[in-house]
Amino acid sequence: MKFIYILSVLPFVGILGFLPFVNRVTPFVLGMPFNMFWMVIWVVLTSIILGVMYKFDPRNREGEEE
Amino acid sequence: MNSALIIILLFLVAAIFLGIRSTKGKDMNLEQWTVGGRGFGAVLVFVLMAGEIYTTFSFLGGSGWAYGKGAPALYVLIYISLSYVLSYWLLPVIWKYARDHKLVSQPDFFVSKYKSPYLGVLVAAVGVIAVIPVIVVQLKGLGIIVSQASYGAISMPAAIWMGAISLTLYVMISGIHGSAWTAVIKDIMMLAVIGFLGIYLPFHYYGGYGPMFEAVNTAKPGFLKFPEQGLSVSWFISTVILLVLGFYMWPQVFSSSYTAKNAKVFRKNAIISPLYTLMLLFVFFVGFAAILKVPGLSGGDVDLALLRISIQTFDPWFIGIIGGAGLLTALVPGSMLLMSASTLLAKNIYKPFAPQASEARIARLAKSFVPVVALISVYFTLNGGTTLSTIILMGYSLMTQLFPSLLFSLKKNNFVTKQGTAWGIVAGIIVVAYITISGSTIGTLFPSLPQQMKDINVGFIALLINFIVMWGVSMLTKQNEAGTKVC
Repeated sequence: MKFIYILSVLPFVGILGFLPFVNRVTPFVLGMPFNMFWMVIWVVLTSIILGVMYKFDPRNREGEEE
Repeated sequence: MNSALIIILLFLVAAIFLGIRSTKGKDMNLEQWTVGGRGFGAVLVFVLMAGEIYTTFSFLGGSGWAYGKGAPALYVLIYISLSYVLSYWLLPVIWKYARDHKLVSQPDFFVSKYKSPYLGVLVAAVGVIAVIPVIVVQLKGLGIIVSQASYGAISMPAAIWMGAISLTLYVMISGIHGSAWTAVIKDIMMLAVIGFLGIYLPFHYYGGYGPMFEAVNTAKPGFLKFPEQGLSVSWFISTVILLVLGFYMWPQVFSSSYTAKNAKVFRKNAIISPLYTLMLLFVFFVGFAAILKVPGLSGGDVDLALLRISIQTFDPWFIGIIGGAGLLTALVPGSMLLMSASTLLAKNIYKPFAPQASEARIARLAKSFVPVVALISVYFTLNGGTTLSTIILMGYSLMTQLFPSLLFSLKKNNFVTKQGTAWGIVAGIIVVAYITISGSTIGTLFPSLPQQMKDINVGFIALLINFIVMWGVSMLTKQNEAGTKVC
């Protein structure tokens, strides 16, 4: 349970916490300015993290609470 | 009438037709009309919630901000994605409580948790006040789409009136069933149109994303970075946090979570939803592509960027398709907003003062409030002049004020009393009103702070004062009531 709590903080740290360090235009990645690329990658990671949370959340395993 | 307008009109007729069909054979009591009888599965809840989130604001306002402000526009993408992380925890709890207590609207939740019908009236009033600006945004969007697609033949005010009338009819006929089915079509249309524009325009005009951003970077150095002050990094971080807190406080979003069949729906939806938000990226690409191709738009006109560059590039029939998709992005959320505002007025503001009124009477009353709310919204649409983004941000500041008391109500031993909640919300709203009317920022209120602090979203002050008042009043009232234990 604790493990997935920590997971749900990660996207906030990755996007908001790191923003001051990644606020730059170069290098362009996939054609996008670096700060934009950073955010896009983290949105994808957010989905993956939520998927992992879902997998490890005991509430989703046992049948259904209704 | 040109082909663009004819196609847009066809979209409108199709949407209304679908709305009428979806209500056939169903007994429309208040619960059916507003929460669809609580029978929607994961897919429908997903499109319904996406329907409220991807509004004309993301369509026109998102590209408008990318055009006018550059990098700070990314806040739209980020706050929606991060809100889904919150939804993973928050929505199942809300849904379960709402189902167990047969709740229909958002204020019901506060009434039930804090055992105070008049708190429900206050929460409903906040909801109605905050929702009207968002309806205004949809009407403005409709106005922009129709008047641009008519190549100037239909004036903006005429287009707004037409939009308001169609919206009202649509809601009165179909309720939420119509919204859900139109939302499916709207999302498909919008994905197709935005995806196409976001890929075609950068490649057509610049030969790719890299060359486009490099061209923008050369023409406007620093535009693709967060600036040192104003819409800076600390503005971005604080604004995103504030929007995430407010995200699920909207009455229409809150109550569409009631439509789910079970709690797992939300956790499942949370996984794919952030990926879905990436669609907004294409909206931004359109805005960035427009910077060098349709230069010179400023102020509220930046919201025209998407349509202007499209008109310059495509034939009228295709403008009709884009306009049709845009029409649906205004119609679906607009109808849900109108419906929530009217239901709030009838069920949560009128009913507590007339407890003997029957369910059928409340349902009738809710329907008759629809045109009233629409008229009020038309008034503000015709008489206000700011960008879509500014209006939305104000609505959010209002809605966020419900977050502290909602959060504490989920705890088992909640120290917050109904008086604490009420005064906290009132204090927060007053601060938001003062800030909005006086145009204050943290920088103007506390000029001696360092620049990073000055750029923090001023909504935080309202939230902080809300919390302090809520805590203080709760402590006082709790002491009076119990006399013995304080915490």
